[in-house]
Amino acid sequence: MSKYRCPGCGYTYDEETGDDHEGYPPGFLFADLPEDFVCPACAVRYKEDFIKEAD
Amino acid sequence: MHTYTMQTTEGQTLSYTDHKRWWWLLSLVNPLIPLFGVAGHLLTGNELWLLVPLILMFGLGPFFDWLFGEDENNPPEALVPQLEEDAYYRTLTYLTVPLHFLTFFGVAIWVGSQPLTWWGFLALTTATGFADGFAINTGHELGHKRTKLETWLAKIVLAVPGYGHFWIEHNRGHHRDVATPEDPASARMGESIYKFARREIPGAFQRAWMIEHERLCRKGVPVWSLQNEVLQSYLITAIMQVGLIAAFGWIMLPFLLIHNFLSWWVLTSANYIEHYGLLRATQPDGKYERCQPHHSWNANHKYSNLLLFHLQRHSDHHANPTRRYQSLRHFPDLPSLPIGYYGMYLIAYLPGLWFKVMDKRLLALPHVDGDLSRLNIDPDARAAIYARYRQTP
Repeated sequence: MSKYRCPGCGYTYDEETGDDHEGYPPGFLFADLPEDFVCPACAVRYKEDFIKEAD
Repeated sequence: MHTYTMQTTEGQTLSYTDHKRWWWLLSLVNPLIPLFGVAGHLLTGNELWLLVPLILMFGLGPFFDWLFGEDENNPPEALVPQLEEDAYYRTLTYLTVPLHFLTFFGVAIWVGSQPLTWWGFLALTTATGFADGFAINTGHELGHKRTKLETWLAKIVLAVPGYGHFWIEHNRGHHRDVATPEDPASARMGESIYKFARREIPGAFQRAWMIEHERLCRKGVPVWSLQNEVLQSYLITAIMQVGLIAAFGWIMLPFLLIHNFLSWWVLTSANYIEHYGLLRATQPDGKYERCQPHHSWNANHKYSNLLLFHLQRHSDHHANPTRRYQSLRHFPDLPSLPIGYYGMYLIAYLPGLWFKVMDKRLLALPHVDGDLSRLNIDPDARAAIYARYRQTP
């Protein structure tokens, strides 16, 4: 399970916990997020901009 | 005077003092302006006092921008984290929330219980509508933050003008779609503010509903539930505003309708001027380029900066939407409005004048360089604009 960070605002999507507010349950993989996913915090960065954090 | 300092990696000392620090307290005065009129009327019995709030807002606003001029307070990027941490600034935004309620109910009670002339009623209602446009501005600042307290305060303050959907459609819709033809909250070249409003007001609500609908579907929660963050705020609005009608009768209907609509109109005015004509380029993959600094119009006047929580430093806001207002930075070589927001609103209300002032500014922008294909143009005005500037679509 990895974490993916928005390089603009620092919002981090953690696959282990998911994002309850957004409706992504724990274990929901980043790769399975919709292709038109934008950062839920800033809406500036696209899915492909997110940086996978080192485990 | 409070100064933020740090040592750079090269061993230099970087420092910044916010000379507006105590002037930010004006943001606690702002929401109360309509009550000055009520107080004057109450104490003197002279209804002319009800005209004073409007004069303070729209008469003095552009004048003070001219008088106090440009705002040279500009924090270095490296010191932004320290400014962000300083709780004084966010406390001011929290405190404006009860003040908006105080004004709203104070004026409503006055309107509901006093025999006012039609012009006294209109002046006071109009001023309160504009003051609650500030409530939407504070809701904007609070709603962009990630703490539960601040998002709740946003929903609560947005309930006053009945605009609870705003923070959702703004954060997740406008910031995603900004400066594209698909954004109802980005104005197109050749589009008057009146035409824009007919697109923006319903379009923004629809977008909020759609975004919230998608989120709730993912969660497996019904749309019509108390978890719906649009409905939460509107429920507060309904309780307050229906309660006022029940307490004071039919006079509340025109008061609330005019008040609500004018608050929304203040937001429409801001949206109109902030991205007028600007367009994000389309990438080879079909997506729009990420929002760049040159996709916003900016102003940097001290007085209106204070009243609007630096909303006019709009490029930095779009680059860093979660950045707190005190840290927003000004950049000189970006699209700039000739005067602060208050003056620009008045120009926008006269479309012929607006187009005369702004269209040439659009074309002169370095990234546009006279090329209309780089601008977001109203389809109905397209042919005329291309003909005017002797270009081929």
